[in-house]
Order: sequence, then structure tokens, then C-alpha cells
Amino acid sequence: MWELIRINKRNSVLLLMLMAVCLLGLGAVIGMAIRGPDGGMLGLMIATGIWVVLTLISFSSGDQILLLASNATAVTHDVHPQLFNVVEEMAIASGLPMPKVYIINDPAPNAFATGRSPKSASVAVTAGLLAKLNRDELQGVIGHEMSHILHRDILFVTLAGIMLGSVALLSQVFLRGMMYGGGSRRRYSSGGGKGGGAAAILLLIAIVVAILAPIMTQLLYFALSRRREYLADAGSVRLTRYPEGLASALEKIANDHAPQLASANKVTAPMFIVNPFKKMGQWNLSDLTSTHPPISERIRILRNMSQGASLKDYSDSFVSVTKSRTVMPASALTKEDIALRQASAEAKNEQKEKQLRQVGDIMRKVNGFVFLTCACGMTLKIPPNYAAATVECPRCHTEHNVNKT
Amino acid sequence: MGIGMIALIVLLVIAAGLLLVILYVIGTYNVFVGLRNQVDNAWSQIDVQLKRRHDLIPNLVETAKGYMKHERGTFEAITNARAQAMGAKTVADAAKAEGALGEALSKFMLVVENYPDLKANQNFLAVQEELSSTENKIAFSRQAYNDQAMFFNNRIQMFPSNIVAGIFSFTKRDFFEVSAAAEREAPKVSF
Repeated sequence: MWELIRINKRNSVLLLMLMAVCLLGLGAVIGMAIRGPDGGMLGLMIATGIWVVLTLISFSSGDQILLLASNATAVTHDVHPQLFNVVEEMAIASGLPMPKVYIINDPAPNAFATGRSPKSASVAVTAGLLAKLNRDELQGVIGHEMSHILHRDILFVTLAGIMLGSVALLSQVFLRGMMYGGGSRRRYSSGGGKGGGAAAILLLIAIVVAILAPIMTQLLYFALSRRREYLADAGSVRLTRYPEGLASALEKIANDHAPQLASANKVTAPMFIVNPFKKMGQWNLSDLTSTHPPISERIRILRNMSQGASLKDYSDSFVSVTKSRTVMPASALTKEDIALRQASAEAKNEQKEKQLRQVGDIMRKVNGFVFLTCACGMTLKIPPNYAAATVECPRCHTEHNVNKT
Repeated sequence: MGIGMIALIVLLVIAAGLLLVILYVIGTYNVFVGLRNQVDNAWSQIDVQLKRRHDLIPNLVETAKGYMKHERGTFEAITNARAQAMGAKTVADAAKAEGALGEALSKFMLVVENYPDLKANQNFLAVQEELSSTENKIAFSRQAYNDQAMFFNNRIQMFPSNIVAGIFSFTKRDFFEVSAAAEREAPKVSF
């Protein structure tokens, strides 16, 4: 486990450096294409400037921006005790401090974790997820998110996403500029430079680099983020000791017919436990541009685990299901004897309707509804814009005071 | 090149080697201290959760009493087990008493199945969620302690960090063994 974190940290730094090289190289080439060979330095400086500013922003408040962009609301223990308790359980199991808990008001079941470090991490789940999963399944999903925090994936995803964004931005601006005003710039640069031929070649190189750089960074990003999903699945099993919980959660999420998550976009997509864009190849195999491994494969690996819950057991199952090399660094696979556990009794008798009603209530609480319990057992849900001072119970006609706080 | 020069180089190499060894010892010592604190922290987390279980029980009994008038024996079993667990002096006694308390609670939850009115009570459901989560947290904190202890013990036994552990007498920690084989399947209390 600790080996894994160390290797993951090193890989993150390596990947971020590679992406930075892509970004800076792109800047230099664009600069040279526009201003001749002397422009390379200027382009490099501008690209560095963009990178530094974006990195500083994402370091200081990247998680807040992402949570805001996803319409997530911070919740306390009172709003959804079970979610809060499950997060606390997983925090204890992983030995990490308790993260902040957020709920996204969206029927599509999904979840993500973000933050700079384990100390300032946040976990966000959608209302749809809470409505559809039982306790064991929720535990599997939260275990997956907690493993992202434990493996230090959260900072990496934020930084890499920002880097990807800036490379894409830079190449877009350059290519657009070439399309509309390319002719005049070329004349200007060839007047100041050595000759028309050399400038034209430089320009051609710049265009090719500008097209390739975003694709390159994206492929780098995808390759690693897919691997991290497997690792987080393995980590989740190690924490919960119950692979079936996560497997059946993934199955429910995959077979869900709710419309896709409204607030997700290309940059935030890799953070979620499953790809929020349904059309982008959820079930087809070996898609290079997919940020997530196929769900069907993740489920098969989890269901194939029968020996134990250690990382090594997951890795063995991975090898036998995918017939490929393990995704885990060999040094992380120390032999551990960790037994699997049985399903909790609560998970066996699920109550669908009750769960759906509870989630409706959660969203009402988040949106400022006041809940009153009448002596006859009726619960009155009073909307925030209710004007009168008292309300009558529809069943037993008792008058209740509505005290708004 | 004179003999003095060679002697100087040899001296420098030895000094550099010594410096490296000292730096390694300092680094490893700090790692051990950090790990030991983590293990202690995980251990105290178990106590926190056990205490939380003790705190929740009066609440549970209070909520359920009105509905279960004919189950005095069950309530007494829980209250007694709680009192014993809270009064336990030695670690072995505490482990035994906590086990008995867990069993009493499981039995209580089985009896609850016969009282549909109680099972529909919002307050009871809230206490039940807290209690079942606390049972999970107890199991997970034991699991986390064992994980931390195993990593700590591995570092103490492995070469070359075992030498540093020996010098500063860092000793291995015992694992938290659950006595009954059935209880190894932990987080599992029938609610």
C-alpha cells in the first residue's frame, strides 16, 4: 500500500513534467512560427506564464472550482447520516482524516473525490447514487473515492486537467489565428527573419505540433487515469473486504437509465467513478481515448476475486480476466492474508421506495425545507417560501408552529 | 601524487560514507517515529469508537423501552454488559466485555424484528443507523490498526532498517486478534 503511494507520487510528477514539456514545447514552436527564431523564447515565456498562473489557481482553489462547477452542496451529518457514516467508516479504515462531504442534486448515479491533499479532500456523490445503492454498495463506491485520496490521485487529476486545458487552449488560439490571419503574419515574419522558405517550414512544423500536442497530452493523461481507476477499485476492496459491494454498485450505475450527469464536462470527467458521458464507449473495449476502463471488465475482475481482499488478490484476478500484464507495480504486491467478508444483513433486505423517498427528503433539506414530525406520526415537509406561522396536520388536524431559523 | 594526497582522499571518502550512514540513521529514525505515532493513533481510534458505542446505548434503550414492555431481560443484559465494559480494568477484561456487549446488541436487534412499530419509529431508525455504523467503525479501526502495525513490524524486521530499530529499541506491535473465528468476518452485526 505505502509502496504504491510512493510509486504513484513519482509517476504523477513524471507525467506532469512530460505534460509541461508538451506545453512549453508548444509555446516555443508557436512563438518561432509567428515571430521567427527569436520568437521561441517569447513563446516559451508566455506558455510558462499561462502554466504557472493556472497551476497556482488550481493549487489554491482547484477543488472549490470543481465542486462549484458540479453544483455540489456541502452537507452535514444531519442531512444524510448514512452517507456521512459510510464516509467516516472508510476514512477510519484508510487511516485518513475525514474529508468534506458534498451532494450533487442530479438523478444520474456518480461520485468523485477532489482536493489538494488528504487533509483538505472532499468527496461528492449525486442524489441518484444515494437513491439507487444499498449500504454495502455505497461503501464500495466511497471506498473507491477514499482510495483515490489515499493514492494521492486527487491532486494529480486536478493538475493534469488544468495542464490539459492550457495545452488545448494554446493550440486552439494558434490554429484559429492561423486560419484567419495567417497570411499577413507570415509576410511580417519573413521580412524580419532569414528567408521565406525557412519560415514556411517552421510554420508547417508549428501547425503539426499544435495539432499533435493536445492529442499527446490527452493520451498520456488517459493511459494513467485508466490505470488509477483499477488501482482505486483494488484499494476499495482492500478497505471494505467486500468486492461484491463495488461490483454490484458499478453494475447498477452502468445499467442506469437516468439522463447523463448535467454538470460534467471534458475536464471533470476523469474524476468520476464512472465516465459521466454514456455515449463515449462505456461498454466497448480498448478505447484509447476513454478515461475509464470498461465497466464490464471492472465488474468481472471484482467478481472473479475469491481468495482474499489484498492488492495481490486483485492483481491476480486482473491478470486472469484481462489476460494482460498487471497494472500494479510489483513492489506494491506484498503478500497479505486478508479475508473477504459476507454481505451485511441490511443490504439483503433493500427497500427501494423508502430509499427513493429518503433521497427526495435529502434534497428538500438541502434546499431549505423545514421538517416537522406530528404526534400522529405524520411528517410535514414545509417549503422555505411557506408564509403562514402555523400549519395544520392533514391527518389529525393538529396545529403546528412553523419556526423558521 | 604524494602519500599525503592519497591519505586525504581516503579520509574524505570515509567521511562522506560516515555522513551518508548518519543521514540514513536520522531519516530512518524519523520514519519510525512517524509510523509509531500512526500505530498509536490507530489504536486510540478503536477506543474512541468503543466509547461511542457506550454513549449510544442509553439512547437506544430509552427509545426502545416504550415499545418493548415485555423485554426487560434483554435491556438488562445490554445495560449490564455496558457497565462491565466501561468498568473493565485490564485490556483482556475490556476485550472480553466488549465482545459480550456486541453479542447482547446482536440479540437485541433480533428481538426488535418482532416490533414493527418500533422499526418504523424515526428516532429508533436514527439510533440504529448510528449504532450499526459504530459497529462498522469498530471493525474498521481494528482493521486499520492491524494494517499500520503490520507495516511498522515489517520495517522493524527488514534489513537495513532493523539495525536502526534495534539501536533505538523500536519494538514490534501485537496484532489485534479477534478471539472467535466467527467474529473475524467483522463488520457484521445483524440489524
